[in-house]
Formats: sequence, C-alpha cells, structure tokens
Amino acid sequence: MTTEPVPDRPEARPSEARLLEMRSIAEREGRVHAAGIRPPGAPFPKASPETGYYGMPLLKQPQWKWQVPLYFFVGGAAGASAVIGEMARWVARDRQLARHARLVAAAGAMLSSGLLIGDLGRPERFLAMLRVFKKQSPMSVGAWVLAAFGTCSGAAAFSDLVSDYFDAAPVRLIGNVAGPLSAALGLPLHNYTGVLIGATAVPVWNRNIATLPLHFGISGVNSAVSTLELLGNEHAALNWMGMGAAAVETWEGVHLERRSEAALEPVKHGASGWLTRIGGVLSGPAPLALRVVAAATGARKMRRAAAVSSLAGSIVTRYAWMYAGRVSARNWRLPLEIGEGRPR
Amino acid sequence: MSVTAFLTDSTLCIGCKACEVACKEWNGVGEDGYNWSGYSYDNTGSVGHSTWRHVKFVEGEPQPGLGGNAGEQLSWEFSSDVCKHCEEAGCLEACPTGSIVRTEFGGVYVQPDVCNGCGYCVVTCPFGVVQRNESDGRAFKCTFCYDRQKVGLTPACAKACPTESIKFGEINELRLAAQERVEELRGRGMDDARFYDPLDTSVQGTHAFFIVRGDPRTYNLPPNPEVPTIYLKTGWRSSALGAALLLGGSLLAFLAAPGGGNGKGHRSSRR
Repeated sequence: MTTEPVPDRPEARPSEARLLEMRSIAEREGRVHAAGIRPPGAPFPKASPETGYYGMPLLKQPQWKWQVPLYFFVGGAAGASAVIGEMARWVARDRQLARHARLVAAAGAMLSSGLLIGDLGRPERFLAMLRVFKKQSPMSVGAWVLAAFGTCSGAAAFSDLVSDYFDAAPVRLIGNVAGPLSAALGLPLHNYTGVLIGATAVPVWNRNIATLPLHFGISGVNSAVSTLELLGNEHAALNWMGMGAAAVETWEGVHLERRSEAALEPVKHGASGWLTRIGGVLSGPAPLALRVVAAATGARKMRRAAAVSSLAGSIVTRYAWMYAGRVSARNWRLPLEIGEGRPR
Repeated sequence: MSVTAFLTDSTLCIGCKACEVACKEWNGVGEDGYNWSGYSYDNTGSVGHSTWRHVKFVEGEPQPGLGGNAGEQLSWEFSSDVCKHCEEAGCLEACPTGSIVRTEFGGVYVQPDVCNGCGYCVVTCPFGVVQRNESDGRAFKCTFCYDRQKVGLTPACAKACPTESIKFGEINELRLAAQERVEELRGRGMDDARFYDPLDTSVQGTHAFFIVRGDPRTYNLPPNPEVPTIYLKTGWRSSALGAALLLGGSLLAFLAAPGGGNGKGHRSSRR
C-alpha cells in the first residue's frame, strides 16, 4: 500500500481570508462547498490507470521454498565440476583432481535431485517430470538434463572408485564414456537455471535474461573451482579459472550497478538489493584480489580464503535473486507498463 | 467441438458475486477466508488457487463535496475477473509435466491427476492467475468448466450470472458480439466503453475477454501482456555463451598451467 502525505490545502485552513472568501462565494453562487473530509491515512489506494487496481500486485510471487536457490547453487557447481574433471583427466592428466571433480559432480547431482523433489508440492509425483520433453520449457529441459547428468556423473564416479580395486576394461570403458558425457551435460546444467528464472513474467528476472544464465553459470564455475581447492587440489589452472570467474562476476556487478531501470530496483535497493551486493562482492572483487595475490606470492591461505569467499558469494547470490524475484512480483506498476512508449 | 470463450461485460455486472459462488460450489473450490480487503466490496483481492472467479469493485475516487461524498460524484464499476485462457499461454508452455493442456474447446486446463506442484506456472503467468495451493501441493486455476463443456453445458459462472454480464459461446461470435456491444454503448453516450482482448501482443489474444470502461489498467488488465517464452532465445544464447566460456576457459587454463600446480597435494598421473 502506498501512503502519501496528506496534501496541505491552504484554501481549507481557517483564516479571516477564508471567511471572506466563503462570503463572496455564497453571494455569487448561493451555496458554499465544504472543504471535504481527509481521514487519517488519506489518500487511500484507488483504482485508476496510474495505480492499477488499488495498487494490488497483478503477478503472483514465486512459491518456491528454500530448496530451489540452494539447488541453483549445488546444480551449478556440479555441472561445472564435471567439465573441470574431464579437462583435468584428459588435458592435464591430474588423476586426483579428476576424481575429486567426478565425485563432486555425482554428489551434487544426487543432492540436486533431492532438493528439487523436496520443493515439489507433490514430491511422490517427481517422475511426472519425465512424462514429456518440452524444449519450450526450461524446467522440462533442466529436468531431463539433470536426470541424464545424474546417471552419467554417477557412472563416471563409480568407475573411478571401482578401478582402484578392479581395473578391468569394462570398468574403464564406463568411465571413459560416462565421464565426457557428464561434462557435455554439465555445460547446460551449470547455467540453464538462469534461463529458467529469466523466461518468466517476473520483471527483475526477465529484464536480466541476457546475462542471468552467464551470471549463474560463472557463479557455478566459481563454486566448483573453490570446492575442489578446499578438497586439497592446488593445480594452478584452478586458480586461473577462479580468477576468470571472479573477473566475470565483477563485470556482472558493475553492469548491474550501471544500468538504471525501474525493473532493477529489487537488486539495487532494500534488503534484496543489499543481499545481491553482498553476494556480488563475495564472488567478484574479493576473490579476484585474493587470487591475484595468491598467484603472485604462492600464498596458499589466500587461495583458501578466495575459495571460501566465492562459495559464500555464490550461495548468497542465488538467494538474493530469489528474494529479488519475490519483491519484483509485488510491484503492481511494472506489468501494467509493459510496452509503454513502444510503437504498437 | 467449437472453440469457446467468455465475454465478461462490466457494464452489465451488478457485483452480486453469484459467479464466484457458483464456481466454488460446482468445482468444490476451498474457502479463502472471511477477509475484507478494505477496497470497496472486494474480499479476495485477486484470482488465485481458491478464487477462480473474482469480482473487482472499481470505485472512482470520491470527490469531496457538499454533505460529504454525494452519490453522483462516485463511479462504481464491477468486473468479474477470470483466467484469460491465453492463445499463447505462459503456464502451458512452461509446465514440465504436461499437466497443463489445451482442451478441444480452446481452454487451458490443469490436469489435477498429473500436476506435481513444481510451481513454474505460477511465475510464468503474465496475469498472475495460477497459484500453488500450499496445503494441497498442486497448482489450481479456472478449468473453463471443462467437465461441463464436455457434456454441452455452459460454465457454472456464466449460467449463474443473473444479468448475462458473463457471456459464453463460440469465440468468433463472441468477439463480434463484443464489438457490437461496444458500438452500442458508445452510441448511447458511454464514450469510454472499450473491448479488452490483447490480440496484438505475444499472448495473441485470449479466450476470456472483457468490456470495461476507460483504461483497462484500472482493472489490473495489462495493455501489453507478454508470454515469457519470448525471452527464451536471448536466454539460451547467454547460456551457450557461458558454456563456451567454461569449455574454452578450462581448456586454456589446463593447457597453459604448469602441470604441477603450486604445491603438494597434487599427484600427476602416469598415463
């Protein structure tokens, strides 16, 4: 509800001049109009082209619970981890990093499925997600990608662990097929969630559709790199990827700050705005600086600090965007303004 | 089977809420509390999971005058809102389970035996109609009385409407009837009567259109609703760019980085 201050109307203030004015109006028109009543809280919301229907929101707020933003974080990290794992395996020949990455991908896929099923209104019907495939629905695409990714990353991790005890050709074959497949599926998995919330009626989300998938994906890369570092991997490539991700995140933050649109209000002002900013600093400039120092001095502590900061930033960012979506859906003005000034 | 539609004429509505009651009784829709919004005689505020027909009470701003708010200085319009059953429906496109379907009558129908309550339709409806019932878990909205239409009956709300403010019929006939009605009203001096059917938008028209007075925004009817699928192309382009960055960036990083990393904990492979 909007509350504006009661306008001060000098003509209604009791004064000698007002009494004389009344007398002249009465002489001229035969009657005097009262100033009217202004009850406390007036003016009340009303139905008008400017205020919509009593300033009531047109859109419904997202009804997703805490599991969904957490899934955005976990799924993003799992998808990116699968790609990093295969790169480590086939390009860098770093077996420990490859194994850790496969395990992170598989564990992330399992946790993701659990989180998504937990958010459903009817969790026992989760298999209905695989009834149809609809390319026009990012959630349908995502459900299929996650299902396939879970299978492949699970098989890859299984092959990796089993080959320690039973290094047979079929086991290696499973890993060699499922591993690259999980990386191929990790590419859409790590950032489709940006398309998912971008292709909605919520203004702050759809106004950012051009960068949200990139933003969410890079945030996933940032957290995958950081998780692998915290597991004890110190390959320099991880630091470089972390640096690149933090640089893109910094750019995204600057890009957001520089744009001024009414639809961006929820990521700039109020609690949701500050949460977005905190997430941005934790995943952008802060780890970028720490990683540059780490690369220059070889300080391991700096890399670990950067990793912790990135992970925290990545989580905060997903919750911030969900929060901003709720705030944005409460805006009754924007949906009525779509296309204003556009030739029809 | 003919393609059908609702024409809701606010110039005939008397705000009796028979449509709301008929809808609730026929469809067994749960109660939504005995609340007053404080905005005229509205007590539900909007359509939602437990309100499939919603009568809006559009009060013009009271003009302070002699003796308070004199009757002739207050305009009062009523309009029964409902799911628009868009030609290009955001909820239908987004539904990942295929629970939301287009019926043979052109309506948009949520199959309650399929819906798993993922909540994606809620954020993809440009009219804020469909909503998840948190106690039931599934999403609900107007069914266009699919069960009644199946056996040739008029939807409950239209049948119960005492003034024929809610008309039901074949879509093209109703569109013509709406144009004629607006002409007639204008001819009688009601210059602000207009027909709301967002045909030239990405929603591409609806199966529930309205005759309103003045600016449709007063009734929370967006002049240019957008079906969110229009954002898909841009979104997937950004996604592809992100994927290329990850693939190229990680390849470059692993090719260029010194194999041994920068300390212990790294064991390089023999392969």
